[in-house]
Amino acid sequence: MLIRIDKDKCTGCEACIASCPYDAIIIKDGKAEINELCQMCKACLSVCPEGAISEVSEDSDQKEKGQGRGVWVFAEQRDGKTAVVSFELLGAGRRLASELNTELSAVLFGCTESEADELIKWGADKVYHCNDEIIKVFNDEPYAKLLSDLIQEHKPDIVLAGATPIGRSFIPRVAARLKTGLTADCTSLDIDKETGNLLQTRPAFGGNIMATILCPFTRPQMATVRPRVMKRGEYDEKRKGAIININADNIKSRTNVIETVKEASETALNLQEASIIVAGGRGVGGPKGFEILFELAEALGASIAASRAAVDEGWIPYRHQVGQTGKTVGPKLYIACGISGAVQHLVGMQSSDIIIAINKNPEAPIFNTANFGIVGDLFELIPLLTKKIKEAKGL
Amino acid sequence: MKIIVCIKQVPDTAEVRINPETNTLIRDGVPSIINPYDMHAIEAGLHIKEKAGGNVTVITMGPPQAETALREAISMGVDSAVLLTDRAFAGSDTWATAYTLAKAIEYLGADIILCGKQAIDGDTAQVGPEIAEFLDIPHISYIRKIDEIKDNKIVVQRLMDDGYDVIESSFPVLLTVVKELNVPRLPSIKGKMAAKKAVIQKMNAADIKADENCLGLKGSPTQVRNIFAPEVKKDRIMLEGTTEEKVTALVNELMRLKCL
Ligand SMILES: Cc1cc2nc3c(=O)[nH]c(=O)nc-3n(C[C@H](O)[C@H](O)[C@H](O)COP(=O)(O)OP(=O)(O)OC[C@H]3O[C@@H](n4cnc5c(N)ncnc54)[C@H](O)[C@@H]3O)c2cc1C
Ligand SMILES: Nc1ncnc2c1ncn2[C@@H]1O[C@H](COP(=O)(O)O)[C@@H](O)[C@H]1O
Repeated sequence: MLIRIDKDKCTGCEACIASCPYDAIIIKDGKAEINELCQMCKACLSVCPEGAISEVSEDSDQKEKGQGRGVWVFAEQRDGKTAVVSFELLGAGRRLASELNTELSAVLFGCTESEADELIKWGADKVYHCNDEIIKVFNDEPYAKLLSDLIQEHKPDIVLAGATPIGRSFIPRVAARLKTGLTADCTSLDIDKETGNLLQTRPAFGGNIMATILCPFTRPQMATVRPRVMKRGEYDEKRKGAIININADNIKSRTNVIETVKEASETALNLQEASIIVAGGRGVGGPKGFEILFELAEALGASIAASRAAVDEGWIPYRHQVGQTGKTVGPKLYIACGISGAVQHLVGMQSSDIIIAINKNPEAPIFNTANFGIVGDLFELIPLLTKKIKEAKGL
Repeated sequence: MKIIVCIKQVPDTAEVRINPETNTLIRDGVPSIINPYDMHAIEAGLHIKEKAGGNVTVITMGPPQAETALREAISMGVDSAVLLTDRAFAGSDTWATAYTLAKAIEYLGADIILCGKQAIDGDTAQVGPEIAEFLDIPHISYIRKIDEIKDNKIVVQRLMDDGYDVIESSFPVLLTVVKELNVPRLPSIKGKMAAKKAVIQKMNAADIKADENCLGLKGSPTQVRNIFAPEVKKDRIMLEGTTEEKVTALVNELMRLKCL
């Protein structure tokens, strides 16, 4: 097996058994043994008091590291407008590129050259730009083909894309085609000082655990990154760079977008771009409770978000949901009302600058993530808060 | 229509926690379940069969124990089940998993392949699109509605951040599904009987003619370096006093922070 237990060191204490999420450790003849259920998640490595559990990297030692140079960012667009996550990726990409002492390029499909120019101002040294008809609307196959071809030609070391419906849909095809690793939904990226490898950190098990993933031998190292977790770089009006125009000749698509329907309601529309968000959870008690939040949001000029519990209850549509299975947001101010603070909710909002928690239970975990906390009944607190904010604003 | 649904058995992650002091998982008898999104994929498969005819096969790559998940799918009404199991598959990342599943699907043949949007243990959402690439067929992610199934094409709605796209595709096609698509049916009595008796087809690396260098840990480009507990912030300020005092203190803080 790939995780090894040193039978001489193992005392059969069973400490490792509970650590395994896959039931892959059993005790046989008084010693721990790993069976075929093992998924190599490594949760057991640190638990053994005797240090008897280790990994064996059988043949991977002999593998040679692939070659690559440069950091690339896939800049996605919708309706010809570059998505904000692209600027955040350029911020992260710039940092990685300077640590690796290499250049930063962006890839932009289906936008005008002036949008490409914007990417340079946001930090790109080069933009590979294609504006052919076939890629104006997003279809997986032509996007995957065109990006893979570019990567094969220029061999970047790192490729980043947004962990958005578009990025998470077609980037896996690129990784499959290039036979390289892809780490989904990263929340932090760093360079390993010793090896120069990309350290890709992401939540797993519904956000209960963080894992750092490596792609040590193949290139490029590919990652999708959650919107709103990386900081944008500096915008420099005067920055100059190269725009390289490419063609999407001979590229076909077996899927065809017939129609694009916009559904977002006014308040949810800019959830990911909102600078203030008022969020409600099960504690809000029903659609009536949300009305109180809407009044607060109106006074603050805020957007409305919700926990999954509130969405599942049917009090508010899914598109307002924040968290692991909803949107990731990063406003200046996030006011969580009647939300307990489950990890699955926290992963979607913990990069907010200021978090205020209002909850009647002083033990609610949301207070551990908050900058300011108020213990109390939201039905008393919120209307008063709305009133005082209106007064302060002279409304 | 030949329909294949890829399902994964996962620990019910809502109950997996990590002890922040020791960095170890706390997993008090977490049950194994069929990945919730895959339940919707199974339902979609059965629905398509009812509309367009054909048969539905569920397939999973996993340890022998994953047979339970396959039997559960049979109890919901699928026609047959395939278990891909081999020690050589252990330690697969998404690339190697998708490769293995694709080899099996190639062997079995399919017009429509259904996957869940993502598996709740890894949450990667990568296996579906990667399978499609290995098979060199189109895929559409996050299907929230199937509008139309004709002999030579299918029309579906793909959920996006700001609404949805209506998309058509030729066959064969791989679709990944979201929860909005349907409500998975409960097993019937007849289904439960069938599940007990069903013979599960088992296949190993040799059966699907897989290249052993592409399997398991050996075939996986990514590695887990370490795992740790999500960090918690500790510098919060609790606003105390009467309701009036708390709210006033909060408004003052908001003004100080220039949020008003
Ligand atoms: C795979 C997976 C993915 C998930 N994805 C998400 C996700 O994307 N987003 C998400 O939010 N959740 C998600 N969850 C669910 C998550 O685990 C929690 O169940 C959910 O966040 C709880 O929502 P809540 O805080 O609103 O409800 P609860 O946990 O029920 O908390 C309600 C809170 O309101 C407080 N309260 C009640 N009445 C009042 C009052 N009058 N005044 C003040 N406070 C009051 C209570 O003290 C309590 O703390 C996911 C779970 C799983 C397993
Ligand atoms: N081991 C597996 N066996 C069968 N199907 C799988 C397996 N792993 C993933 N899948 C399918 O791929 C989807 C996405 O999984 P993931 O990429 O792991 O999030 C799941 O919903 C399943 O449909």
